Amino acid sequence: MWAVRARRRTATSDIDEQTRLGEVYMRSLIRTQLRLGLLTAGAVLGLFGALPLLFLVVPGLRELELLGVPLPWVLLGVVVYPFLVGTAWLYVRQAERVERDFAELVQRR
Amino acid sequence: MNSSLALAAVAATALATVLIGAYGLRIARTTSDFYVASRTVSPWWNASAIGGEYLSAASFLGVAGLVLAYGSDMLWFPVGYTAGYLVLLVFVAAPLRRSGAYTLPDFAEARLESLAVRRLASVLVVLIGWLYLLPQFQAAGLTLRTVTGAPVWAGAALVAVVVLVNVLSGGMRSITFVQAFQYWLKLTALAVPVAFLLLAWQADGAPPVRGDDVPAFPETTRVEVTLDVTVEVVEPVVVQAEGSVDGEAVSGPLELEPGSYDVAEGTVLTFPAGAPVPHADRLTPVTGDAWALPLEGGREYSLYATYSLVLALFFGTMGLPHVLVRFYTNPDGRAARRTTLVVLVLLGLFYLWPTIYGVLGRLYAPDLLLTGRTDAVVLVLPGRMVEGVGGELLGALVTAGAFAAFLSTSSGLTVSVAGVLTQDLLRPWSGGSAVSVRAFRVATVVAVLVPFGLALLGRQLGVADVVGLAFAVAASSFCPLLLLGIWWRRLTDVGALAGLATGGGLATAAVLVTIVAGPLDGLPGALLAQPAAWTLPAAVLVMVLVSLATPRRMAPGVARTMVRLHAPEVLDVDRGDWHPERRVR
Repeated sequence: MWAVRARRRTATSDIDEQTRLGEVYMRSLIRTQLRLGLLTAGAVLGLFGALPLLFLVVPGLRELELLGVPLPWVLLGVVVYPFLVGTAWLYVRQAERVERDFAELVQRR
Repeated sequence: MNSSLALAAVAATALATVLIGAYGLRIARTTSDFYVASRTVSPWWNASAIGGEYLSAASFLGVAGLVLAYGSDMLWFPVGYTAGYLVLLVFVAAPLRRSGAYTLPDFAEARLESLAVRRLASVLVVLIGWLYLLPQFQAAGLTLRTVTGAPVWAGAALVAVVVLVNVLSGGMRSITFVQAFQYWLKLTALAVPVAFLLLAWQADGAPPVRGDDVPAFPETTRVEVTLDVTVEVVEPVVVQAEGSVDGEAVSGPLELEPGSYDVAEGTVLTFPAGAPVPHADRLTPVTGDAWALPLEGGREYSLYATYSLVLALFFGTMGLPHVLVRFYTNPDGRAARRTTLVVLVLLGLFYLWPTIYGVLGRLYAPDLLLTGRTDAVVLVLPGRMVEGVGGELLGALVTAGAFAAFLSTSSGLTVSVAGVLTQDLLRPWSGGSAVSVRAFRVATVVAVLVPFGLALLGRQLGVADVVGLAFAVAASSFCPLLLLGIWWRRLTDVGALAGLATGGGLATAAVLVTIVAGPLDGLPGALLAQPAAWTLPAAVLVMVLVSLATPRRMAPGVARTMVRLHAPEVLDVDRGDWHPERRVR
């Protein structure tokens, strides 16, 4: 697959020389990573941000109990932590994939 | 509590800290060795070290104390402490490591090519560092006072001395080993006693925590007031008093009508069974039901306060000086991400436990609401709930863990503050040329002594509250600088300066009012006590608008810097020649 385009130089030299093409490569990498970051942080922030509001609007939720422990305590005391780790794991996997793809793209000859 | 056992635990922690530090010690030759351990630290060590450094007195003692007093709303503190690392992971970890900077001011200079921004960043690092160190010293004083009756300055002095010895002898390298050890010590010290406490609670018939009333003394209770306190009595009660109340010596029965009373240090009050607990005036009494449910309890404007706090913790973590310096010890950007992931695991594991102390404290240590020393709940519970030698041993264990918390966080902050002081603020006195190890040592002493002095002079606020203020300042200054600096080319040096000054200035002013004048009432009080919700947006707005208005001030090398920040290390590309140790432009 690396012989598709018969260019003698790789895109890394475009990046080095800051040609317009090099800039396009860099901007697309940054934009992809930023979008991934915003998506991840936005999901977590949105979910967390909705919780106090949800407890305020639907007071009944606060009274729910799980094994004798009120729901807010279960959510905020235990469930959030594996949730955060899982989200972070997905993010790391995805971010590394983006970088692998980028490296493959710009090193192609 | 058996004070000799607790003292032995404190001594053992201090000694272990110094010994492990010595084991990791290597002669510090260059700045790079000294600050960042030459980047040869493996990811697991590094993640443990970050956890060890991050879990301060606020996490070990403060969270449980807040849960004891105010209940479910306070669970946001540990959630925010942890989620801050997720935000750091997705926006900052890899690019910051790739920048090659050692400190936040390094990053500011590398990205914006401006010494002015660097200097302002340095001032903010020192400010945030001291704000964070202050409650560590105060908590150390409180802890030693609680377990041994030693004067308040003794605990703070002990921490200051151990930190000085450690940092002066080994720099970051030894600190990394110490920190990693401290994490596991803290986790063990907090988690192991919980099993015994829960068994004791079961054996007691598992009494419920919720109820219509404020907590009452379950049985006749003798309360020793170890520091002067003003208490609010709501229901009339007859107590046995020995000591001094409202400036008058008392001995024998004393009838307390509703109202507030100044109780002097050393006074012993004995309450009858069933009497509601009078609260210290800086705490708001909360009924059992309000305590158990979110947004009911205690503090005014709790919805605003909750949101603002969560915002400060989420976005403040990335701006804490001792957190960032750890990222430079990762070999590359990818490792920085993976390390952060492990950190999230370690923090989640730790924060499961403090809540349980706070909940059980509501039942077994309600007198702390009277003395106002709710931060001591982790320390006193094992001795009260588990009888005999077992309780004493567990008490000694949590005491050791608490000291590990003070030592690790203080060491990390000291290294960061001293590093910045050496490189930027004490430079005129250090001969001007290369950053010398001697200048670093002078800076270390300064970095420790200032907050130590402030801790002795300043008023006692809740540990987690003051730490929350440090987060707010960090979120309002460095967070916009990092986010915009890493992801937005058009950030200019003028914009960064304006934003840092606005956000950092406003948040600092709010913090000073809260610390000096004490928490105010009403909406202004809430806005000042939790400033992040308005200071962070203000800082971002100013940074963006001023940058857009000064397009000619964009850093000339920004394209190269962006390559440096974002290109994976496997690529052979030109990343510019900026290096923190050759920074004269």
